[in-house]
Amino acid sequence: MSWVTKTLSSTIGRKLIMALTGLFLILFLTGHVSGNLLLFKGDGGEAFNIYAKFMTTNPAVKLLSWLTYSSIFFHVIFSAWLSWTNKKSRPIGYGVSTPPSTTVSSRNMGILGTIILIFIVVHMQSFWAQMHWGDLPIVTYEGEQYKDLFSIVSFAFQNELMVIGYVVAMAFLAFHLSHGFASAFQTLGLNHAKYSPAIAVIGKIYCILVPILFASMPVYIYFTQS
Amino acid sequence: MSKTIHRVKVVRRARFHVAIEKKYKHMKLTLKIWRQKNAGDKGSFVTYPIDGISTDMSFLEMMDVLNEELTANGEDPVHFDHDCREGICGMCSLYINGHPHGPKQTTTCQLHMRSFSDGDTITIEPWRAKAFPVVKDLVVDRSSFDRIIQAGGYVSVNTGGVPDANEIPIPKRIADEAFDSATCIGCGACVAACKNASAMLFTSAKISQLAMLPQGQVERMSRAEKMVAQMDAEGFGACTNTGACEAECPKGISLTNIARMNREYFAASVKSETV
Repeated sequence: MSWVTKTLSSTIGRKLIMALTGLFLILFLTGHVSGNLLLFKGDGGEAFNIYAKFMTTNPAVKLLSWLTYSSIFFHVIFSAWLSWTNKKSRPIGYGVSTPPSTTVSSRNMGILGTIILIFIVVHMQSFWAQMHWGDLPIVTYEGEQYKDLFSIVSFAFQNELMVIGYVVAMAFLAFHLSHGFASAFQTLGLNHAKYSPAIAVIGKIYCILVPILFASMPVYIYFTQS
Repeated sequence: MSKTIHRVKVVRRARFHVAIEKKYKHMKLTLKIWRQKNAGDKGSFVTYPIDGISTDMSFLEMMDVLNEELTANGEDPVHFDHDCREGICGMCSLYINGHPHGPKQTTTCQLHMRSFSDGDTITIEPWRAKAFPVVKDLVVDRSSFDRIIQAGGYVSVNTGGVPDANEIPIPKRIADEAFDSATCIGCGACVAACKNASAMLFTSAKISQLAMLPQGQVERMSRAEKMVAQMDAEGFGACTNTGACEAECPKGISLTNIARMNREYFAASVKSETV
């Protein structure tokens, strides 16, 4: 085993992968939510469709999206590997276990993550796969042709179940982030009297703000496009 | 008139004493204790009613009372670990009512029966971890901690004359912080409390106390690498940063130690000559 694989397969090394991929996915979410704010523009989806085309054609974005796919992949694989090790570490459980003074999120990151993974699969199937390989209607803005992703999005969110599903999934994301954000910095060794309190505050704001913005999109479309 | 007041006073005093007697002197408890003949035995909970427990007793003294009764009845006493009974050796353990060392943030030997109420049922279990196999009843084998220390938790010193005090200047803040880490008594409550049975709080405290001091610099990199490798080899889990260990640690060892261990480990992996 080389020193790299030895380090990355240790319990701390595996946590390092979790932290780095997690932080990259946080950056991705920031970009994703910012871009999707164009859905609120009320221009019939013109800005959103132009943005969607840019996101699927620009080479720099391509590179970033491959980083995102691999981050999701390694985040899932390493969490499964860690969970397996963690389960093995206590073959016989306790008869009585009072929940200690820890947060529900921190104790259930795996469950929260699994629900989010299911959401990602459904979400990518609904929009990402449609944008890449689906038979989308074409719209023309200023002589240039664009795939009308907005029509797919606004059609999907006419369905109440879809809207509720998205809002609930974002609630799970909020809980996952409420622990994950600060936890990633702790794993990287960034525990400091000056910066940790700021990281904790930013983490709390982030875990509430971003999921709320995401959840408001299907709700907004449901009430404005019907 | 004064007779009535006196009477009221007497009655009140008597009631107070009765209350005291009831509340403090003779606690009646039900103990649900994990009994296991040996490492190979499956083990199960056995219920023991116990009476006449003083609130001034320590938890271990209560266990002694039970064992005296069991011995007098010709039964096998409950085996449990203990040594100094002063909260400094780290030998006592016991998972009491879902908490390592019981409801207070202290060692079991420093836990007093006044933390419980008359009529309580107290469930007593051994530490549960793959790396802490049960030897008998409530006794677990914590030699995995010893092997982590042996892997790198030491400093090289020159033998010879006794060095003068303060020969090596260490800033007060650093000395205090290293001392805080060094207060870890290696009892294993962190492992017992962690949902992953992770030994990271213990290992990180031991890595930290030496990494911060000038004397610890010689083996600094190899220490982090070897102790973490040994921790993994023993079968302890990973850290989820829940903070359960910190909350239950009788010595208040902080999570900053785990962050420091991670830094030490990453730096050592990148910089050391070990391929």
